[in-house]
Amino acid sequence: MMTFIKSFDIIVIGGSAGSINVVITILKSLPKDFQIPIVLVIHRMKNTVSHLDQLIVKEAGIAEVIEPDDKEQILQGKIYLAPQNYHLLVEEDFSFSLDYSELVYYSRPSIDLSFDSFSQLYQNRLLAILLSGANKDGAESLRLVLERGGTAIVQSPETAEYVAMPKAAIELNSSVHIKSPKEMVIYITELNS
Amino acid sequence: MKQEIDISNDSFDDILSMLKDRYGYDFKNYSKGSFLRRTHRFAREIGATSSFDLKHQLLNNELVFKHFLQEVTVNVTELFRDPVYYKDLKGKVFPILASYPTIKIWHAGCSTGEEIFSMCILLHEAGLLSRTKIYATDINPSNLEKAKKGIMKMNLMKDYTNNYHQSGGATDFSSYYTAMYDHAIISESLRSNIVFLHHNLVTDAAFNEFQLISCRNVMIYFNKDLQNIVLQLFYDSLSSLGFLALGLKETIQFSTVHEKFSIVSKNNKIYRRID
Repeated sequence: MMTFIKSFDIIVIGGSAGSINVVITILKSLPKDFQIPIVLVIHRMKNTVSHLDQLIVKEAGIAEVIEPDDKEQILQGKIYLAPQNYHLLVEEDFSFSLDYSELVYYSRPSIDLSFDSFSQLYQNRLLAILLSGANKDGAESLRLVLERGGTAIVQSPETAEYVAMPKAAIELNSSVHIKSPKEMVIYITELNS
Repeated sequence: MKQEIDISNDSFDDILSMLKDRYGYDFKNYSKGSFLRRTHRFAREIGATSSFDLKHQLLNNELVFKHFLQEVTVNVTELFRDPVYYKDLKGKVFPILASYPTIKIWHAGCSTGEEIFSMCILLHEAGLLSRTKIYATDINPSNLEKAKKGIMKMNLMKDYTNNYHQSGGATDFSSYYTAMYDHAIISESLRSNIVFLHHNLVTDAAFNEFQLISCRNVMIYFNKDLQNIVLQLFYDSLSSLGFLALGLKETIQFSTVHEKFSIVSKNNKIYRRID
């Protein structure tokens, strides 16, 4: 039986506590010419300058991580990071849209809001990846991602520093792929070939 | 996250045009993702059983519409939110404002007033408040009512004090408000030069000329077309070499007015009218 490798127009990665190292592992291993834009939605503190973008650039050895401004166009080959203290959504013209509304599950950016917004626009062209974390952000929206034909990967709980977030997502969605960081790297790298 | 009722694109457009005809509020060019999500949330909250039911309730009951206005516009704000911005305002804008005999500031989309009070505190510390008039406008009348009172919850003041000190403030912050049980009231003397006005950026025109317009995290809820219209309105409302302050992640770079402004602070999104 032949396996068809599905292709995607965007990859959205959601992570909370314990996810930064996995994000860095993934980004480090990307081929230089990787074209699918990647959007990182990672929980962090508000009102303290965190420089997470610079940390990721340095640790992953990549050219740049962009914290997009409102209405900035999504471009091929770029890596984006949800700005601190904003929800990150997408507009119908494939530009980013920021939202400063209430916290969702104590979080802004909310992974749920991003997965929901991106899957509405990208449907089956979205790959959503949910990593380690200590709450249940992302679980409900992965259901919407799957309903809309998208693909969902959740970090295997045994490899996650904090299991609550992956566990909640897996319990709610039986058809997600469960992968270790290593397996994610292989999966994503193959998308480029 | 669950969407019990499904509002299709057509019925959403239908609801929007009905709201415009009935109440004069035009949400057509609001950023769709955010606005539709908040509409869904509102529908859930009032227990609407279908998009027809939602429309029916909004059309026939003005109280439901008022509630809708409250829920779909975002009214999240803080004192001294983004301390780095206030540092730049103090360092790069105030010294120039100080050269005017009278200063006029428009705070567009002032919500419940927290950002204006922050600015008033800084103007006071710079010795400029007594010759400044601040026009604070919002689309939502109940926000303005709240802002006029200058009251906020006491349990937030610890974070606000922290924000204030991060922005470079050196005064005892508690001298700016009076504690009343679980609430804090911003000192009357700090608020006496503020005029609160109902103004809708989508439909209302320019009404004065200002040396500084602050409109932070308001236009992120608009689509590009509406952003262009509002930015033109701001341009027309600024005096020559007047300042425009936006939210940290807002930019005029993708707009039709970007050549009419110079950049005062790239990171904190403060611009200045060129001519």
